[in-house]
Amino acid sequence: MDIQTLTFIVVGATFAIYIGIAIWARAGSTNDFYVAGGGVPPVANGMATAADWMSAASFISMAGLISIMGYDGSVYLMGWTGGYVLLALCLAPYLRKFGKFTVPDFIGDRYYSQTARTVAVFCAIVVSFTYIAGQMRGVGVVFSRFLEVDITAGVLIGMAMVYFYTLLGGMKGITYTQVAQYIILAFAYTVPAVFITFQMTGHILPQTGFGSTLADGSGLYLLERLDGLSEELGFAAYTEGTRSTLDVFAITFALMVGTAGLPHVIIRFFTVPKVRDARRSGGWALVFIAVVYTTAPAIASITKTNILYTINGEDQQGVMYEDAPTWITNWERTGLIQISEEARSGAEPMFYSNDERSNTNVDADIIVLASPEIANLPNWVVALVAAGGVAAALSTSAGLLLVISSSVSHDLLKRTFKPNITDKQELLAARIAAGFAVLIGAYFGINPPGFVAQVVAFAFGLAAASFFPAIIMGIFHKRMNKEGAIAGMVVGIVFTLTYIIYFKFINPTAGPDEWFLSISPEGIGTVGMLLNFIVANIVLKFTKESPAEIQELVESIRYPKGAGEATGH
Amino acid sequence: MAFESQDHATAYWKENLSLMLKLLFVWALVSFGFGIFLADLLNQIQFFGFKLGFWFAQQGAIYTFIVLIFVYIRQMNKLDKKYGVDEE
Repeated sequence: MDIQTLTFIVVGATFAIYIGIAIWARAGSTNDFYVAGGGVPPVANGMATAADWMSAASFISMAGLISIMGYDGSVYLMGWTGGYVLLALCLAPYLRKFGKFTVPDFIGDRYYSQTARTVAVFCAIVVSFTYIAGQMRGVGVVFSRFLEVDITAGVLIGMAMVYFYTLLGGMKGITYTQVAQYIILAFAYTVPAVFITFQMTGHILPQTGFGSTLADGSGLYLLERLDGLSEELGFAAYTEGTRSTLDVFAITFALMVGTAGLPHVIIRFFTVPKVRDARRSGGWALVFIAVVYTTAPAIASITKTNILYTINGEDQQGVMYEDAPTWITNWERTGLIQISEEARSGAEPMFYSNDERSNTNVDADIIVLASPEIANLPNWVVALVAAGGVAAALSTSAGLLLVISSSVSHDLLKRTFKPNITDKQELLAARIAAGFAVLIGAYFGINPPGFVAQVVAFAFGLAAASFFPAIIMGIFHKRMNKEGAIAGMVVGIVFTLTYIIYFKFINPTAGPDEWFLSISPEGIGTVGMLLNFIVANIVLKFTKESPAEIQELVESIRYPKGAGEATGH
Repeated sequence: MAFESQDHATAYWKENLSLMLKLLFVWALVSFGFGIFLADLLNQIQFFGFKLGFWFAQQGAIYTFIVLIFVYIRQMNKLDKKYGVDEE
C-alpha cells in the first residue's frame, strides 16, 4: 500500500478513536466541562498533561532545533522539563487545595481584586491564542505533506475535529482523548528513534545509543564524529555551544518558570480528586514527557550525522543529485530541502555546510518527520509519525481552547459581569466561546502572521514575568497585597513585552552587544520575573498588607486536609 | 483549623519549606550548575560516549528532575501523616 493511503487509514483510525471517546465522556455540568468532574486518576492525568504539554512544536520541531543548535538546544530540554519540578513542588498542590476552576480565579480571589482577575484573564487569553495558532499550523504542515491536501483544508479538518470533542466533552472529553493521543504520539516518536539508533550504532535504546560508538567499525563515538564533522563543515562543535553562558541560563530559566506559569498546564491539576494526587500527577506527567524529551537529543544527533553522510557522502566530498535517496526528492518538493541549480543539473555534487561550499539547505522541521524515510523504515511507520504529529497538535489545541472558553464564560461572564447566570447558561456560554476561539484559531492557522513561531516562544517569557510570581507570592508570601501583585504583574509583562518587541520587530539586527547583559529576547522573561518580584515587594512596603481573612485563606491552602472538589464559587 | 495547635501548623510549614528548598537546590545544581555554568569544566570528563557537562544538559538533568518529584511526593505524604493533615 502506498504511503498516502496508509496515512489516510492511520490518521482516520485515530480520529475515530477520539470521536468515540468524546461521545463516551460527554459533559453534563460546568464541573465536568471545566475540571472533568474532578475525578481523573493521577496516572491518567499525568499522561493527559504530557499530551497537553507536548505541542506540534515539541513533536515536529524540537529535535530539529537541537540538531542545528547542538549543545545550545539543551535549553529546550532542561527548560521544558525543569518547569515540572516547580509545578509539582511549589504550585500544583496548593492550587488544587484552593479548589477553583481557573488561574484567574485564584489570582482574583487571592488578591481580592477584580482588577487583578481581569489582568490575569487578559494574560491567559493572549498566551493561549498565540499558542493555538502555532498548533493549527502544525496540523496544516502534516496534512499537506502526508495527505497532499492543501494547508487550508488541513487546518479546517483539524479545527473541526478539536471543536467537536471539546464542545461535547469539555475537560472530561479532552482528558481522555489526550490519554489516547499521548500513547499515539509517544509510540510514533520512539519507534523510528529506536530503528535509526540501531542502524547507526547497533544499540536499541536511543538514550544510551547516541553516547556509543558508530556501527561502521571506525571505533569512533558518534558525538565525537559529529563534533569533528561539524567543525570541518564550518559549524560549531556539536557538543559545545555558541551562545553566552548567561544567555543559556536566562533562556532555560525563563522556559522553566514559563512552563510553571502556563494556564493550560496548571488547570490540568484541578482535575484530580485530592492534593496528593496533584503532586503525583506532576511526577507522572514528567515521566511521560521524559520518554519523548530524552529521545529527542538522540534523534537530533543521529539524524544530523545521517544527513551529513547522505548529502556529503562518507568521504565528505559530496554526493551527486541523481544518486540521492528518494526522501531527498520527496522533501525537496515541500520546499523544506533546497538544492541549488548546479547540483540538481549534475554539474557539481550536493554539499551541505556552513560556508561557501554549501549548495544544499535542510530545514530543521524535517528531522523528525523524515526520520523514518531516512532510515528506510516501512510505510506504516511514516503514517504513524504523521498521526503522532496530528495528535500532538490536536491535544495541545484542545487544552488551550478550554482555557480560552473558561476565561470568557467563567472568569469574565460568571465572575465579573453576570454573577446570576445558571450552571446551564454558563455551560452554553462556554461552548459558544469555544466556537469563537476555534474560528479565530483557524484564521491564524490559515493566515499565520510571519512571527507566529517566535511569538510562541515568547509566550513563555510573558507567563514567567506575569503569572508565575503572582501565584508563588500568593502561596508563599501571605502578606502580599493586591497593590503589590498588580504592580508586579504589570511591570513584569510590560518590561518583557517591550524588550521583545524592540529587539525582535523594531531593531531586529541588534545582537548580543546591544542586548541587556547579552541576554536574548528569548531569555528576557527571567529578568521580567525578577522585576515582578522586586516591584511587588517594594509596593508592599508602602501599602497595607493583605487583610486578615486573606492571610487565613493562604494558611488554609498550605496543608492537604479538607480539600473539596474544585468549584466555581 | 486542621492542626492540633498553631505550633504544629508552623512546624509543618517549616518542614515543608525546608524539604522544598533542599530539593530545589539539587534541581538548580544539576541543570544550571552541571548543565550550564560548570558544563565546560565537566566536559573535560568523558562519561561513556558523552562529555559529562553535555550529558547533564541533555539527559542527566531530566532524570534527576523525575527523581526529585517522587522524593517530594514520598516525603510530603509522610509529613502530612505526621501532622495529621493528610486526606485519609
